[in-house]
Amino acid sequence: MDSPADHLWLIPALPLLAAGLGALTPRRGRRFAAGTAIAALAGSLLLSIAALHEALADPAAHLYHNFSWFDIGSGVMRLGWLLDPLNALMCVMVSLVGLLIFIFSLGYMDSDENFARFFCFLSLFAAAMLGVVVSNSLLLLFISWELVGLASYLLIGFWFQKPSAAAAAKKAFITTRIGDLGLLLGLVWLYNSTGSLLLYDGGGGVLEGSVLGALAAPVLAGGFAASTGISLLVFCGAAGKSGQFPLHVWLPDAMEGPTPVSALIHAATMVAAGVFLVARVFPLFSADQALAGAPLHALTVVAGVGAVTALMGAAIAVAQHDLKRVLAYSTVSQLGYAAIFHLLAHAFFKALLFLASGSVIHAAHHEQDIRRLGGLRGRMRATFATFAVGMMALAGVPFVFSGFWSKEAILHAASAWEVSPLPLYAGLAGVVLTAFYMTRLLCEVFLGAPRSPAAAHAHESPKVMTVPLIALSIGAVALGFFGTPAWPWLQSRLTGAEIPGRPLLEGGGLMALSIVLVAIGLGSGWALYGRRARVAAAAPDPLAAASPRLFSFLGAGMRFDALYAATFGRLNRFGAALADVLDRRVWGGAVATLGRFGELTGFVNSVVDRLGLNAGFDAVSGRFRGAGRAYSRRQTGEAHGYLRALAIAFVVLALLALIGGRR
Amino acid sequence: MNAVLILIALVTVGAAILAMSRRNLLHSVLLFAGSWAGVGAFFLWAGAEFAAFAQVLVYVGAISMVVLFAVLLTRRSREDLAPGPVSRSRAISAVLAGIAVAAVLLAAVAGTPLAVSAGPAPAVSVRQIGGELMGPHAAALLVVGVLLTVALLGAVVLAAGDRPENPEDAP
Amino acid sequence: MNPLQLCLVFSSLLFAVGLAGALARNNGILVLLGLELMLNAANLNFIAFWRFHPGAAPATGVIFVIFAIAVTAAETAVGLALVIALYRHQQNIRLSEANRLKG
Repeated sequence: MDSPADHLWLIPALPLLAAGLGALTPRRGRRFAAGTAIAALAGSLLLSIAALHEALADPAAHLYHNFSWFDIGSGVMRLGWLLDPLNALMCVMVSLVGLLIFIFSLGYMDSDENFARFFCFLSLFAAAMLGVVVSNSLLLLFISWELVGLASYLLIGFWFQKPSAAAAAKKAFITTRIGDLGLLLGLVWLYNSTGSLLLYDGGGGVLEGSVLGALAAPVLAGGFAASTGISLLVFCGAAGKSGQFPLHVWLPDAMEGPTPVSALIHAATMVAAGVFLVARVFPLFSADQALAGAPLHALTVVAGVGAVTALMGAAIAVAQHDLKRVLAYSTVSQLGYAAIFHLLAHAFFKALLFLASGSVIHAAHHEQDIRRLGGLRGRMRATFATFAVGMMALAGVPFVFSGFWSKEAILHAASAWEVSPLPLYAGLAGVVLTAFYMTRLLCEVFLGAPRSPAAAHAHESPKVMTVPLIALSIGAVALGFFGTPAWPWLQSRLTGAEIPGRPLLEGGGLMALSIVLVAIGLGSGWALYGRRARVAAAAPDPLAAASPRLFSFLGAGMRFDALYAATFGRLNRFGAALADVLDRRVWGGAVATLGRFGELTGFVNSVVDRLGLNAGFDAVSGRFRGAGRAYSRRQTGEAHGYLRALAIAFVVLALLALIGGRR
Repeated sequence: MNAVLILIALVTVGAAILAMSRRNLLHSVLLFAGSWAGVGAFFLWAGAEFAAFAQVLVYVGAISMVVLFAVLLTRRSREDLAPGPVSRSRAISAVLAGIAVAAVLLAAVAGTPLAVSAGPAPAVSVRQIGGELMGPHAAALLVVGVLLTVALLGAVVLAAGDRPENPEDAP
Repeated sequence: MNPLQLCLVFSSLLFAVGLAGALARNNGILVLLGLELMLNAANLNFIAFWRFHPGAAPATGVIFVIFAIAVTAAETAVGLALVIALYRHQQNIRLSEANRLKG
């Protein structure tokens, strides 16, 4: 059937083609590599916009196009693409932010030798991410998911000559892999229960009524439903990719990659993939809400993990000194908020912040320690302005910026959650901390006097880098209008349902509280870091002076890495040592024993051969020879003797004949 | 009837014993001839004239002569015509062997029931013998002829011995 | 004792004498003559049985003897030639010295 979703595959295919061409491009083909990458992604953007237009024409429908891939035994593996407003929005976001980051990279990576390779990997990443977004089959999604992981490994470890970069890439890959294992198990379980991995399939897909109802029935011990288990396993994968607690440890280390990579991966796309996945299979997650007696609902776990992540990430971000690490932990925190609208907004302002910081880093010759920066406001006006916009959006400065509205929506939903008020409190605490650390960052980097020669000599970045910054900042503001009370209008447009309009200040108490909290955060940040600007790079942080132990604990990322190294790292090393001992002593010993046994057999064989067979035969031959010698002594050569013997023999025989005959 | 037989037997066996025990070789040969004549006499008593003639002709005639020649050709000194006795133990053991064989044979003879038809001797004419020789036994006759020829030739070769070859005869 | 038995006794005694002589004497010619005696004893046996049990073809017994005499003559000739050859080698015909074929 000719559905608008039929040509959806082109959206990831164009960057994939660019990646393929890029792989074949030699090192000097810089312009060709960059050109194809940007052109492909621009094409994807146009197609995504067209798809969005299609999707909005009929928001409630899920248009899909399925086809058979191959037969396995009695079953058929089917893949497909899906078109609905969520998908289309994500496509547009990914391709738009991606495109801007690509353009930014033209300037940022200009001095790098491996320019062409960078764009090849970027295209691969974009293709994989778009593949995750458009797929209707969880199998195709998983394939693209893994490709995203691969591309992020390649990009994070782009400067692989640096051992820390290589280690960070490995850490990212392994940590997300652990999450992906959960995802795979969930998929297997789902396939086993329902026989299909398609999301929408004319009534037979796993997100559609009848199948979903079957999954929501309690089947496991303890009254769990199958859908709960599957959802939690899928959430493992999402948590890994999105850097939720406890799989968040790879995100800060992934800052080893070039800044555009950080922007792309940690702002717009990869981290969003996890949240997108949860949103995609939301019906599965919420299927068990109706079960009254179930001990655990999937969404409860999601909310809990998200709350913890949000609060934890924000707390750690307060104590970071690396420019990108602050933003990284901020990402961890923001992903805890885990809502799609927040995601879309976050994509813009986080990408903006990363690219702006990239601009700063590029200008300051890769100086990333904020204690050694400063006074860049006057030198890099455009960067400062766009960074400020992004910072305000992230902090949730009210009304104008998107971050405020998206956070509002989340806090509102959290307050309405009857299970527990903890997520609300965590979210509110997060608001304060977010505002605080972003103010700290802004003040340390841009205000005051330059605290190092690198900062003193910084100048504004070229147009090719600043133009995307400006574009993103416009987006950060403009998206906010979607979140205004006009949101219900948009929502009704997107879902086709009638939602009554909210009054302008509905949920007024909560909104006022959050505005106050933002002000507290901003104010305290300004007081500590803005008014009394840091004088020297080696001067202690005001918070460190206040409570040094807490500060260092937060600064070390709550010592998660050390914890993991002490537990899983030790376990792994123990396992390896055990395997080594087993291999050398046990199996090796067994093999050696068998070898000894073989030797023994050979030895026994030779002994038997020598002493037994040879000696035996020799003895027999000796006997024969002796007998022969004895017999030859009888040959006297005398005729008489022979004749005598004849006569005696004749007598004997005749006697025998006579006696025998007589009887 | 039996008396003649016994007489012939005594003569023959006596001559044989004497022949074997004489020290003088020539005496032995002559006594042997007498013994063979005795056998011929027995053939006559039995009525096998032709066999008797053959016996006398061949043994007493030819073979005695040949033996005499051999005796005379193989002596170096007078002592050779009277060879010394062999060791006594050897003689005793030989006699014992002879007695043993005789005993066995006599026992066999005694133990066998031999019915005798006391009829006259079968009349076989020389003509009959000739006819049988040329008829049913022709092959045997021929073979014997060949045998005699070969034996003669062989005896000649053996007795002639190896003469040292003349150098001028070498090829 | 019937005549046949007498004849057989006669031939047995002659055979034994021949054997004893052949075993006792050291002279080659005398050993050969002892052989002759044994063969003669065998011929005696033939004629004895022919005389008393001629069988269907009466001439067969005589013919057998004829053949035996002929073969014996040939054998004696060859044997004596051997004795002469032996004499050439060891200058006497003592059989006790003719043991070069001992093992």
